[in-house]
Parts: sequence; structure tokens; C-alpha cells
Amino acid sequence: MTLKPFKSIGIGVAFSPNLKANLFEVARLSQFFNSKLILIHVGPASQEKTEALKIILDNFSYIDYEVVFKTGDPVNVILSISEEKKIDLLVLGALQRENFLKYYVGSIARKITRRAKCSILLLIKPSIERVSCQHIVVNGLKDPKTEQTIATAFYVAKQLRADRITIVEEIKQNEVAIKVDDDKSLRKATIFKERLKLREETRIKEIIAHIPETYTKNIAIKSQPIFGKQGYSIGHYAQISRADLLIMNAPTKMTFWDRLFPHDIEHILTELPTDVLIIQ
Amino acid sequence: MSPKKDNIAQFFKALPKNIFSGFVVSLIALPLGLGLAMASDAPPISGIIAAVIGGFVVSILGGSHVTIAGPGNGLVGVLLIAITTLGIESAYAAIICSGGLLMLLGFLRLGKLADFFPSSAIQGMLAAIGLIILGKQFHIMLAHRIKREDTIDYLLEIPYTINDAIHYDNTGLIYAAIAGVLSFAIMIFYSKIRNKYLQLIPAPMWIVILSIAFSYYFELVAHEKNPIDISYMISGIPEFSEIIAQLPSVNFSKIGSFPFWTSVLALTLIASIESLLSIKAVDKLDPEKRRSNVNRDLKALGLATVGSGFLGGLNVVTVIARSSVNVNNGGSNRSSNFFHATFLVIFIVLFSSQLTRIPLPALMAILVYTGYKLASPSTIRNIFSIGKEQLIIFFVTLLVTLKIGLITGIISGVLVTFIIHVVINKNFGLFAKNVLKPNVLMYKEVNDENNYYLSIKHFCSFLNYYKLKEKINAIPENEDVVVDFSLCKFVDHTVMENLNNYQELFKKRGGTFEVVGLDLHDTDSKHPFALRRLLPVPNIIKNNLTRRQTSIEELAIDYKLNYMHEKQKNIDFLNTFLFFRTKQINHIYNQLVNTNEALTLFDIEFSEGEFIAKEVVRSTMLYIDLNKDIPEFTLDREGFLEKIYAFAGYKDIPIQNHNDFSNRFYLLGEDETKIKALFNDDVTHFFESNPYYHIESNGSSLLIFGRERQASIKEIKALFDFGKRLKEVLS
Repeated sequence: MTLKPFKSIGIGVAFSPNLKANLFEVARLSQFFNSKLILIHVGPASQEKTEALKIILDNFSYIDYEVVFKTGDPVNVILSISEEKKIDLLVLGALQRENFLKYYVGSIARKITRRAKCSILLLIKPSIERVSCQHIVVNGLKDPKTEQTIATAFYVAKQLRADRITIVEEIKQNEVAIKVDDDKSLRKATIFKERLKLREETRIKEIIAHIPETYTKNIAIKSQPIFGKQGYSIGHYAQISRADLLIMNAPTKMTFWDRLFPHDIEHILTELPTDVLIIQ
Repeated sequence: MSPKKDNIAQFFKALPKNIFSGFVVSLIALPLGLGLAMASDAPPISGIIAAVIGGFVVSILGGSHVTIAGPGNGLVGVLLIAITTLGIESAYAAIICSGGLLMLLGFLRLGKLADFFPSSAIQGMLAAIGLIILGKQFHIMLAHRIKREDTIDYLLEIPYTINDAIHYDNTGLIYAAIAGVLSFAIMIFYSKIRNKYLQLIPAPMWIVILSIAFSYYFELVAHEKNPIDISYMISGIPEFSEIIAQLPSVNFSKIGSFPFWTSVLALTLIASIESLLSIKAVDKLDPEKRRSNVNRDLKALGLATVGSGFLGGLNVVTVIARSSVNVNNGGSNRSSNFFHATFLVIFIVLFSSQLTRIPLPALMAILVYTGYKLASPSTIRNIFSIGKEQLIIFFVTLLVTLKIGLITGIISGVLVTFIIHVVINKNFGLFAKNVLKPNVLMYKEVNDENNYYLSIKHFCSFLNYYKLKEKINAIPENEDVVVDFSLCKFVDHTVMENLNNYQELFKKRGGTFEVVGLDLHDTDSKHPFALRRLLPVPNIIKNNLTRRQTSIEELAIDYKLNYMHEKQKNIDFLNTFLFFRTKQINHIYNQLVNTNEALTLFDIEFSEGEFIAKEVVRSTMLYIDLNKDIPEFTLDREGFLEKIYAFAGYKDIPIQNHNDFSNRFYLLGEDETKIKALFNDDVTHFFESNPYYHIESNGSSLLIFGRERQASIKEIKALFDFGKRLKEVLS
């Protein structure tokens, strides 16, 4: 198992009221992960802007950072720079629906999420004070990417000093071939589901066994099988279990139809349950 | 031994009971079948044909256990329109097509169809059907046949008909009207009289028996002509051989026309809704707590309807009143449905000529009562107590159904409900954005107590209730379930009502079902629906006790007991008693508890049966917690009825050397050796020397009561004393 540490963290900065909170969040992250910070601003360079950023980041004792200015289409600029600078983790801010405690990903951030080749962190509520990350929920889908995702989750948990990881295995409803009609079929379906759960749990246990022990010790690991819509139920679960971070696989393919009939990650993007980290 | 063989043995063991209950059900099915068919302007025998075909087909192919199939009251309105617009021969074609559609619904697994209608709209539609039945048949009940265009006109004419009936001078009409009124009185007062011999025959059959006896009295004793006008007697009941020989011609020529298909759609819609609602209600009554396979039942009902249509019968649906009678008389599997059909065939073969002795007004009185029950003021009061907006939905559906038609009515009910929901939330987006999302999350919590947890997001109303239902249905009913609405902004009345049903179902089957996260909704006051009822109503008038309650209070002080007069809904401790297996306990009140809490005496209200066969019973019972294990048994006074029950497969356990006891008491139970050990000399002597009570054990506690009515203060004292001494004898 190879762990890809986050060597450089990128963030797009706009001079909005949220700027300070956003910078504080990434600055802390760069300290936790020991990584270089790259601030990308879409627009012309100016002394004032650099100065403003410096004042905020001076609150931290030591930060290795670089500011990049470039004009153009925000999506293309951010994507090209993250590739150019070999950014491992790109941080994006979410928007909040008026009056509701509901967050979603704006159109620019959404486009970036779909096309980015690096991992993405979507922050719902950046704050100046640190809100400690205690509970991480990670997906345990049956997918080649999952092993990497779970390993990264343990790496992140260690760096952020989280104390709890829940691995959620979403089992598609159509895998349960038995339709519940009466007591007999219900009994059959229940037994079948138990068997599926066992299968999933063994699979997850195997993945965890491959992860170096330094990452898995001192952390409470729980696995939770859920029968439900892929991508949607894990978000729902993260929300009700009050997780601080949800870690997901990057989407495999993205065609026109996937957006029309949203699934997997798209569900999460319309209703962000908490901070979401998408592992590439 | 293989489990399959065991099933067969069990089936044969239960057979006598099922034959018995099938017989009782056929007694009520005969008059109802005739009446429902005549109310729909179809030949009277067509109702019986539907019941017979339904009984045979559904009992063999169906997926439910204790339901009875036959002609349904909900369909009267639709059939009436179909027969008047299309003619009877094309109506048969429509019935056959609707049977085909019903089968299709079953194959497409659309048993959830009924969930898409808001419950207040369904109530409104049923009330409209009730008014259609009542409006039309009331005039015939008073021997005043009229013909009007609109259903509302029939209702408005009722006062004139009453006025006319008082001033009849034709003796034939007077007798006819008297027969109608007397029959109506029988229907009303039957449930109020608790006499087990009287109750053995259902009220509709009493009407049939009495009217046939009346006719014979005039023929054989008085040697006169039956005084009831001949035009108000049932006519056109063919001999059995004629039914077989003369199949009606079915006319498919109108199959391309628009009214034909609206009739087919209306028939299918109402047939499926009525059946699905009935199956749901009967499942709650099933003593063996089984789950019905609705889709399979729909297929069977559809097939039965097709067959019935070809043989000249009406639509076959699952019927609630007859099914509840079946459960109450010990029906335990589908064979009772089969025997109900068999007995109907026997009746028609043997007595079809006797049936013409029944006066029409008497038969129509049964239907007027049915109609009244569907649209009774208590339904409206009940809906009003849930919320004013429910009343709007109810009345819009009711009026549109009466004025235009059933399909338009139910659609308008759905629309009004949706509009009201949008207005209450002042938010259309909530529904539009989220209606297709998989908003229900369910998982089994792994670490904790292994309970099922469901969380619902956004909103939960009749629009997406089926998603929640699907998840809940995948949980065995003996598990623990928590339903969390804290992420849900809006929950409607339909969902609350259904959840309440689930709560009862889980409770009865040994699980728990809790709904959490609605506290916030209350304080928001945006959620007026059923939630409002949960708020404790402060008691403004302090001393509102009745005289009986004050006396009980005095008695409590005298005997040093604790007295609580409030209604209490938490009646879990009673559900394990056999007596309540097929009964629905509403609440207990006027509780008297002694200090060590081993003896509890209370008044109880419970109901038996559903719909027109529903009887609400109030009684006084004593509950003794024995704190030790004893065998389960039922002890009752030996009587004539018990001898009949014995015939139907129940077995009395004899206690040796106590002939007096064995003769006078009727002892029932599974574990015969243990029961015999329990009834030693002391215990049997105690029972021999004390007054009779019905006594029942559920394994660790006893339930004791005298009559099925509230006890007087003196009887309360006697009951309490009896219980106290019995406890001493047993321990």
C-alpha cells in the first residue's frame, strides 16, 4: 500500500468576506500535513492583494506559501495551475442555501470537482477558530479505488488527530434479489442481507489489514453496512452521525446522463452533509 | 419430521374452526351480496356469484390469510354508473377488463398504489360512496321508489320521503316501510346487545331469517297473502340450475368507447384501493400475525373478477366487514374463505326460492346502514380533530365525487392536498426539488442494541411515503425500530397515520417502533397535523368526574388503593392475552392499583370487528401480576356455545376427581400436563365455591373479568376480593 501524502495544498482565493476564514483553514491544514500552500487568484496581480494575504497568513508562525495570479476563466485557471504546480489537494468552499443549514457546491467549484486530477476538499463552514475533526466517515464501496481511499482516510485521520473512523459499505438495493412480499420472502431477504453484510465486512477487514499499523492504532474503527442508494445514503449517514469529514472515491466516469440522473458524488454535491474530501 | 408435513397436520387441525367461521361469514355474505348487487342495479344473484367465485379463486391463489373476498360496497357507486350508461351486458365486459387490469397491477407489483392517495382524500371518497349508497337506498327502505338524475338530489329528497312514508295509506307500502325501519333498527342495536347466542348469527342474517319467518307466518299460520307490497319483494332469483345453464351474454362492442374505459378505470381504481385498505386493516387483526402478499392477492382478485364477469357476477374485492367477522369466529387460514363460498353455493342450491320471501326494504336497510357507517359524523369529527385543512381535503373530495365522479373526486383530493401542503410550508421548491430523491436512510446499528434506524430527509408526505414504507416493510415486525424525522422539514397526516399503524403492528408482534425528532416540529407550530393531538391538553375543569368515578374514588380511599381516572393508552401488558388477539384495545381508564402494584383493576374500552361488523365494548377487568411462571390457559363457564366450539376443534381439559368443576367450567390451554398440575385440589375447590369469572393466564399474569360491560361499584368490590383471594390460593 502506497500512501500519497499531501505535499502541496492549493486554494483559489477571491477577496470575499470569507477570505480570512478560508485562509485560516488551509493554513492549519498545511501545518497538519506539513505541506506547501499554493494560493491561486484568478485576476491580475497587485501589490495590495499580496499584502492582504500576507497580513492574514502572518497569524501563523511558519507557513511555506506561494501566490499565483492568472487571468482567465476561473475553472481553467485553477485546473491548469493545480496541474502545473503538482497540487495534491485542492480546497474549495461550498455555498450555503439562504435561511437553511444546507450547503451546496457552486457551479464553478462543481466543474472543477468533476475535472480535477487531484484530490478535492470541499469545506462547508470555514472558520477562524479551529473546529477539531473527530469523526471521519469513509466509503467502502466495492471499487478498485476504495483501497486507496481508505488508506488515505487513515493517513488524514492520523494527521488531523481524529479518533474515530466509520467505513460505510453501501450495498445496492438491486443486489438483494429477493423482493419482500410476505413473511417467507422477508425471512429469506433478511438472511440474504446478513450474508451480504458479512461478505462486505470481510472485504473491509482485509483492506484495513493491509494498512500499516502506525495509522490504524489508537483509532476506533467501525464498519457500517447500509442498503441504499449509492452516494446518497453515505451523505445522509454522515449527516446524522454528525461526522466532521466525509471521504469519498473520485467519480469514475462522468457523462451527460450522469448529471441528468445524478448518482454517487453528484448527490453529495447538491447537499453537502459536512466537509467532503474526494480522493483521486 | 419435515416442516411441510407439520403444516399439513396443522391445517387439518384448524379445519373445523375454519369451516365454522366460513359458515358464519356466509351468513353475512348472503344478504350483503344480494343487497350490494341490487343497489348497483345488477341482478341480485350477481353479488352472490362474485362472492362464490371470489371465495374459491382467492382462497386458492391469494396471498393473504384471513381475508374474505366478495362484492364490495365501495364499488356500488361505480357499478351503478357503469350499468346505467353501458347497460348490463357491456358492464360485464367492463368488469372483465377491470379484472385484467387488476391482475396487471399485481404482476407489476403495484400493490403500493393505494399509498399514493392522501388518507383524508380516501376518507372523503369513501364517505361520498357511502352517501351515494345511502341516498339511493334510503327511499327504497321506506318503500318509496324514485328516480333522479343526480346523486345529491337523492339525498335532498330524504325528508320528503320520510314525510310521504308517514302518510302512506296503502297497507302494502306501510308494511314494506315497517320492514325497512325494523331492519334498520336491528342493524343499529345489534352491536349494543351483548348476548352470545344472539351474536352467533350476524345482524344481516337475522333480518333475512326474520323476514322469511314473517312471510311463512302469513302463509302457514294466518293463511293470508304476505301483506308487503309485491313490488317491494326481491325478484329475479334464479334456481341454481338456471344460473349454470344460462350464462349471461357479455357484450364487448363498446370496448372502443370512452365511457367504457372510464368505467373500467374507475372500477379498477376503487377495487384496488378497497382491497388494499382492507388487507392492511385485516392484517392487523390476524391472530397469527402473518404478513399478506398484497401483489399476489391482487392477481388472484383480478382473476376472480374476470371469472366472475364471465359468469355474470360483479367485481371481486377484499372486504373488511366480512373479513373481521371471519377473524372473530376463529378463521385462521384461507380455507375459511373457501368454505364461505361453499356454504353460499349450498344456500343457493337449497334455499334460492326462499330468498324471494325477503322484502326489498329490509335488505336495503342493511345497505343504508353500510352507507351511514361510511359517511358517519364520527368520521368527520375524527378528521376535524386532526386538523382543519384535513376537513377541506375531505369535503372537496366528497363534493367533487358526488357531483362529478369518483376518479375526478380522488384526483381533486390529491391536488387539494398538495396545494395545502405547499401553502402550509410556503415553499414549492421543497417538494419539487426533493420528490425524487431517495430521502430515506435505513441501516441496522451495528455496535449498539442492534436496532434498525431510519432517518428521513427533506419532507415525507403521501408523495414519497412509498419509499419509507418499502424500507419499513423490509424489517421483521419483532425487531426494534427508530424512525428519526429530525432532518425532515415536513411530515403530513397520511404518513403520521400510517406510522401509527406500524406502531400498533410492531407492538402486537413483539417489536417496538418509535418515532423521534418531531419535538422541534411542534414548537415551530408549522406542523399542525396529527402531531397536535400528541400535545397534552391541560385539564381546565378540575372536578369533572362522573358519579361512578367519584364512587370509585371513595372506594379507593376506603380500600387504600391508588386511583387514576385518566385514559391510558399504554396497554402493552394486555396485548399478550389471548382474549385481545383479535381485538383492538382503545384505552384503559379508571385504574385502581393496590400499593404493591400486583393487582390492577381498570375499565377498558376495546373494539371487535371492523366497519359494519364493528362493536365497541366497555368492560371492567382485573389484572394480577403473579411474579411467577404458570401455564397459559383460559377458564370459562361451560355453556351451550362451548359445546359448539368443542365441536369446532377446541378441547376442554378435564380435571380428574373434580367432576363438578369439569362440568361447570370450560378449561382451555396448550400444555395440558402443566395445567392439570396447576389445578390441584385447592385451586379447583376455590373455583367451585366462588362466582364465575372469565379467567385467562398469559404465562405470568392473570386477567379476570365478569361480563362484557362496565362493573358496578359492588361488582368492582367483589371482583377485587376474588382476585385477592385467588392470588393467595395460587401462590
